[in-house]
Amino acid sequence: MNNIGYPILSTVIFLPIVGGLFMLLIARRQEGMIKWAALLISLLTFLLSLPLFTEFDKTTHKMQFVEQKQWIPEWGIQYYLGVDGISVLFVLLSALITILCVLISWNSIKEKVKEFYVALLLIEGAMIGVFCSLDFFLFYIFWEAMLIPMYLIIGVWGGPRRVYAAIKFFLYTLIGSVLMLVGIIVLYMKGGTFNILELSRLSLPISLQYWLFWAFFAAFAVKVPMFPVHTWLPDAHTEAPTAGSVILAAILIKMGAYGFLRFSLPLFPDAAKAMTPFMLGLSVVAIIYGGIVCLAQTDLKRLIAYSSVSHMGFVTLGIFALNAQGVEGGILQMINHGIVTGALFLCVGIVYDRTHSREIADYGGLATVMPVYAGFFMLFALASIGLPGLNGFIGEFLIILGGFKAKKLAGVLAATGIIISAGYMLWLYQRIFFNELNEKIANIEAMTAREFITLAALAVFVFWIGIYPNSFLGFMHVSVQHLLDRVSLGPTETVVAIKTVSGGL
Amino acid sequence: MNTNFMTIIHPILPEMAMAVLACVVLILELVIHKKETIGVLTILSVAVVSYFIPRSYGEAFNAMFVADGYGTFFKFIFLINLILAVLLSVRYLKIERSEFGEYYSLMMFSTLGMMIMASATDLILLYLGLELMALSTYILSGFIRHDRRSNEAALKYFLLGAFSSAILLYGITMIYALTGTTNIIAITKALRGGASAGLILAIVFFVVSFGFKIALAPFHMWTPDVYEGAPTSITAFMSVGPKAAGFAALARVFAMGLVNFRADWQLILIALSILTMAVGNIIAIQQTNIKRMLAYSSIAHAGYAIIGLIAGGPEGISAMMNYLLIYAFMNIGAFSVVIMMRSEDFRGEELADYKGLAKAHPLAAALMLVFMFSLTGIPPTGGFIGKFYLFKAAVNAGLTWLAVVAVIFSVISAYFYLRVVMYMYMYEGEDTEVVLAPSAPLGLALLITTIMVIVLGIFPSPFIAFARMAIG
Repeated sequence: MNNIGYPILSTVIFLPIVGGLFMLLIARRQEGMIKWAALLISLLTFLLSLPLFTEFDKTTHKMQFVEQKQWIPEWGIQYYLGVDGISVLFVLLSALITILCVLISWNSIKEKVKEFYVALLLIEGAMIGVFCSLDFFLFYIFWEAMLIPMYLIIGVWGGPRRVYAAIKFFLYTLIGSVLMLVGIIVLYMKGGTFNILELSRLSLPISLQYWLFWAFFAAFAVKVPMFPVHTWLPDAHTEAPTAGSVILAAILIKMGAYGFLRFSLPLFPDAAKAMTPFMLGLSVVAIIYGGIVCLAQTDLKRLIAYSSVSHMGFVTLGIFALNAQGVEGGILQMINHGIVTGALFLCVGIVYDRTHSREIADYGGLATVMPVYAGFFMLFALASIGLPGLNGFIGEFLIILGGFKAKKLAGVLAATGIIISAGYMLWLYQRIFFNELNEKIANIEAMTAREFITLAALAVFVFWIGIYPNSFLGFMHVSVQHLLDRVSLGPTETVVAIKTVSGGL
Repeated sequence: MNTNFMTIIHPILPEMAMAVLACVVLILELVIHKKETIGVLTILSVAVVSYFIPRSYGEAFNAMFVADGYGTFFKFIFLINLILAVLLSVRYLKIERSEFGEYYSLMMFSTLGMMIMASATDLILLYLGLELMALSTYILSGFIRHDRRSNEAALKYFLLGAFSSAILLYGITMIYALTGTTNIIAITKALRGGASAGLILAIVFFVVSFGFKIALAPFHMWTPDVYEGAPTSITAFMSVGPKAAGFAALARVFAMGLVNFRADWQLILIALSILTMAVGNIIAIQQTNIKRMLAYSSIAHAGYAIIGLIAGGPEGISAMMNYLLIYAFMNIGAFSVVIMMRSEDFRGEELADYKGLAKAHPLAAALMLVFMFSLTGIPPTGGFIGKFYLFKAAVNAGLTWLAVVAVIFSVISAYFYLRVVMYMYMYEGEDTEVVLAPSAPLGLALLITTIMVIVLGIFPSPFIAFARMAIG
């Protein structure tokens, strides 16, 4: 199994789930205890997940920390967990982000407190489960189970149009997922197993690959979300409570891109290759369209939500560039986006708790009232734009490099996305923090220590990845290479290129 | 003589026990005035009957009746259905002021009819079982005598039910004319070569009459009115038992007797399945009464379950059986919450009545949430496992497109199931708080159904194995 002494993946999946269910036993009135219990569980989960970072063997593409048990033998379904270089970082990210979500919700969730923290912990377990599952059935269970608490978080604790946003989120994601479910069953009929690794070795006829590619595309494209099916995202992000937005932005939408990497590419390599121009096209449209739409937003959260569409366009561009720079950049950018956009939503949440307004026009001159906060916001905004030295730069640079190699036009167009992002982010910053001081916000209190810690934790990663990306890219090299070998595209030049990129910084 | 007699009746011991005990309960009702006791007796009777079930194997009465794994599985469903319905009834009948003792014995007779249907290998016996089941349910649905809706339900159910029974008899006549027998196994042997016009007609008759029982569109018209008007405990009882019995009989006739004409009936059933899913799921969206909504939902679920029969083979049939078992738990579970909402001076049948339930009664709301998600088919609940098995069987049978249609309809269904969740969790309640009518038996029913829905969702293995073994 492993030499850690406990089944690490099961622990980090089920500790929050079981812990959350036990929290149901705490009396409703004891809100303080509920919060502390949630914090404790999420901290413990994160601590227990740390060996994944330290003990991970970066020299092999094989699955690590594997746990394999019979589950439903009648259908050949196993309880099969493991992580490789592609998934391991997401497990850690999920565990980290959940802690921050607990912290940021401390005072802003006032109704049905118990249910909120239980839902949050259930999501955490399910999210980690998605990244660790190596059995399609198990994967699907986690993938779908996550919808229930997320639906509740948006719908119960969200903003004024929360009910609409919640049902829209649920139906959009569900329709994609069920089509994938049929795809999974078809795969099972062909391969006779739900084991993802075994299925990845299958060579399917090209026509079937196309069908299945589209079935899986339906699930992943909605989740990412890619251009024409992105419309649930602004609503869900905007209406969700801060913690919900953070989870959505940081982890949930990453699952779509992760799905492309883990399933679409290795399972349907020929279809994926054939679809490259189309996917690159959609990605570029998302990058530019998302960016332009941001310029027109008057709602703070909506703006960041649309910037997610744009940034996730970068991620899919990188993945479907189908070269090492692109794919590694895509994965790193997923992490970056999780950290930066998560942080931006946290920032919005911090001022929203004080003003209860998301309208950009209600702010102005905030830098004089909350200087430390302004500093953090500046850092994350610049990281989002991709300033060299911060994490966003590494990811976007690799992606554009990969995109340029795959299709010159795609690379060029994607680069314009960065310019647009600088436009909307800096303009946003100007409107909120500079200009005339808006009287409505003249008397709001400064950041508390709890909020400071939340943001500082993410700021560390902004610099860490920005300055020494190899401590994260190092996890991916071998796994990505293996993946690309499977898709059979020139793998040789790649590692060298990445070393020069990161070494040159 | 003695041993000979015993071997003859051995296979039908459970049915005989049920018949005798139902009569006993009926008589005891005259002397026992505390109706809870009758309820307890009914449950004890179920215990006795289930004692005999594993001990009864083989054929009886010249192969008119067979106690096989297939029948046993369904009897298991019927008995669970009976127990849960009894648990639901105890307090509810008091609230509705309809505590008449025949109630429990009628439920037992109805269940007896279902058991006979599941084991009948002769069309005449099958018809007898069906009539016993149906007649008892007609009465039960009109059990709240002082409520006009209940009377209307009974009358409507009876008239349409009588029609469908007549049509079934036509079908049986046709088959008899073609083959000279009413024995399902003999029919298989007698019918060779292509399908004649007469046989097609017989198939159509069977589809119509069984379609009525299991509420397939377009023979579903009675369902919403009857489900709404009948006592809620009986609605729960009917939405599972007679439906499962209809499936049991339909599958035995089609998948055993007429298996050589699969191509002919498969096409009809595919069309009806799609129509049923469409009608059930789409009309459910605009319902404001939860009993009507669950009625349309139950129509839709028949549309899913029939996919198992369409797919055919051991895989398909066991998927269908498995689905009906899971459906029994989740549907009765949902009805338990509906019943709990009914208190002395509050009907609690409108969706709007569920506003703010999560705040006033978090546990009841949470349980309803589980059942709603299970009915939608979201993991990790039993509803997902049931659907998954069905879709798997469909894909296995080369009907991937049908599976796609079905999953799309289950997304549509998410909309109205989630609406209940929405009312409970996302809206604030009225000033006057909803008063629930909990009781120990109802609590037990909720406990059983919730645990089973979760267990079936996470550890379905033994149940799948059971359904497979039952097919043999």
